[in-house]
Amino acid sequence: MGQTIAEKIIAKAAGQQTVKPGDIVTCNVDLAMIHDSGGPRRVKPLMEKLGVSVWDPNKVVLISDHFTPCTDAESANILKLTREWAAEQGIINFYDQQGICHVVTPERGHIHPGMFAVGGDSHSPTGGAFGSYMFGIGATDMLGVLVTGQTWIKVPETINIKWSGDFGVGIAAKDMALKMCATLGMDGGDYQSILYSGDTIENLDMMERMTLSNMAAELGAQSGLIEPDEKTVDYIKSVGGVPGDWQNFKSDPDANYSVSHEFSAIDLEPQVAVPHSPANAVAVGDVGKDQIDQFYIGACTGAKLNDLEMAASVLKGKKIAAGKRLTVAPASSRILAQAIKQGIIEVLLEAGAGLLPPGCGACAGYGVGVLAEDEVCLASTARNFQGRMGASTSKVYLASPYTVAASAIRGHISDPREELL
Amino acid sequence: MSSRVWKFGDDINTDILAPGIYIKLPLNELAQHCLESIDPSFASRVCEGDIIVAGNNFGMGSSREQAPQVLKELGITAVIAASFGGIFYRNAFNLGLPAIISKDFTKIAADHQIELDIKTGRICNITTGQDLVGEKIPENLLTLIEAGGLVPYLESNLNNN
Ligand code: SF4
Repeated sequence: MGQTIAEKIIAKAAGQQTVKPGDIVTCNVDLAMIHDSGGPRRVKPLMEKLGVSVWDPNKVVLISDHFTPCTDAESANILKLTREWAAEQGIINFYDQQGICHVVTPERGHIHPGMFAVGGDSHSPTGGAFGSYMFGIGATDMLGVLVTGQTWIKVPETINIKWSGDFGVGIAAKDMALKMCATLGMDGGDYQSILYSGDTIENLDMMERMTLSNMAAELGAQSGLIEPDEKTVDYIKSVGGVPGDWQNFKSDPDANYSVSHEFSAIDLEPQVAVPHSPANAVAVGDVGKDQIDQFYIGACTGAKLNDLEMAASVLKGKKIAAGKRLTVAPASSRILAQAIKQGIIEVLLEAGAGLLPPGCGACAGYGVGVLAEDEVCLASTARNFQGRMGASTSKVYLASPYTVAASAIRGHISDPREELL
Repeated sequence: MSSRVWKFGDDINTDILAPGIYIKLPLNELAQHCLESIDPSFASRVCEGDIIVAGNNFGMGSSREQAPQVLKELGITAVIAASFGGIFYRNAFNLGLPAIISKDFTKIAADHQIELDIKTGRICNITTGQDLVGEKIPENLLTLIEAGGLVPYLESNLNNN
């Protein structure tokens, strides 16, 4: 019986020839990514209690993104502690307010195919876009990794999600992700490993692939892998990373999948997830012209360079509706720099957008740009749980950057194809 | 010893358990906002020793460990659910909070008194007199619960080495 890519990576990390779903194995961790919220402020006191330090500082990537820039004394203290801990532990790969962890980590060349990696954040499956088995863990789990360099895993089944055909103008990977949430539900991934396959996926660029892997979290999967190919290798080389033996990390033709799902991109419509779940996604035409207060282009899912490009392609030469606000928080400082170079930021600002610094911003309600009581937001983020982006009575709709931008022009939820075609 | 039951539905997520807007607060204050968007009086009425029973995908969403942590802080001694969000499930055991998967969750209602045997997963519903079944916890996770969580476990293991 052949092995899936997930099984190959886990077997390697466990020091075994093969593994099978259901086995509980202990794996060596190649990379541990942590951020200011779930990281130092939580593990520092515990490490002190245990009297231990980080097993291998070179295998740790630390990023401040959730509380940046600080908004009050508490968040300033959290960031201070983060910086002190980085110095204490000799963490060289510390990116302080350079953007969101899931984007900065690959952007600085830290991820490559075949890695067994953990992140102290639920959207860590983003690493799967680069053929890495990466998954999210909590702070105490991370403590175990930081101290021992190992963690346990129950070898997951692999769910094959195959996409075929090309989608049309005004459609993006975000629409694919929301469509999957609506079809399979938020437990469709069953904490197993998803493999995204098919020609649609092969044709996506790395940023769009990241959106799909990222939102494997919304499907309740542990990881969301895409087999590495020339595009993966080119991206990794372009950021100074080392692709390694990437050819070895593909699923065998006779590998076993617990379930297979097939989707067609050809007739995919722009999707909008109504409050309070990504699984509430429907075609944009079925939502009605719901009024929105804040339009938000942000988050690891929705503010990468291509996401900003999508928004700018809709907003070029146009203005957002009177009395509304469009808030843009680029996913990283490198993306922001590139977007300035390409004239994207100018387009967005001309349209009336307010620009936030790179980071998580309002996405999880931790940072800047959050919602007041009863306010309604249409966001390019991944998650719209009740109360997530601010006051507990606020509401969030999710859509692609195209749809958010087109809706901002009209002040209510709108089909981006009407602006683009 | 029997426990009083709090009953919730499907998809109780981490933003409901530990809302982001209060995440900077000390744990005891954050705990006061646990579940408030669906039951504003939960935190003030829950008592030491109570158990939560819920439907599918309990704890789905974020990796924030405060989600199981506030439940512990409020005195919850176990969560029984049809299924759990994967990260929450790991977090709960790491903190010493047992998470029991049971398809019999429909046979337990709010305010029922139940007895849970962590080792076997056996649940006795005292109120209805029914014997119910929960899945047995994997051996490695039972070890964590017996140690009181991953930190005490590491503490004794690192000392032994
Ligand atoms: S942008 Fe949002 S989803 Fe992404 S890591 Fe930050 S808080 Fe989490």
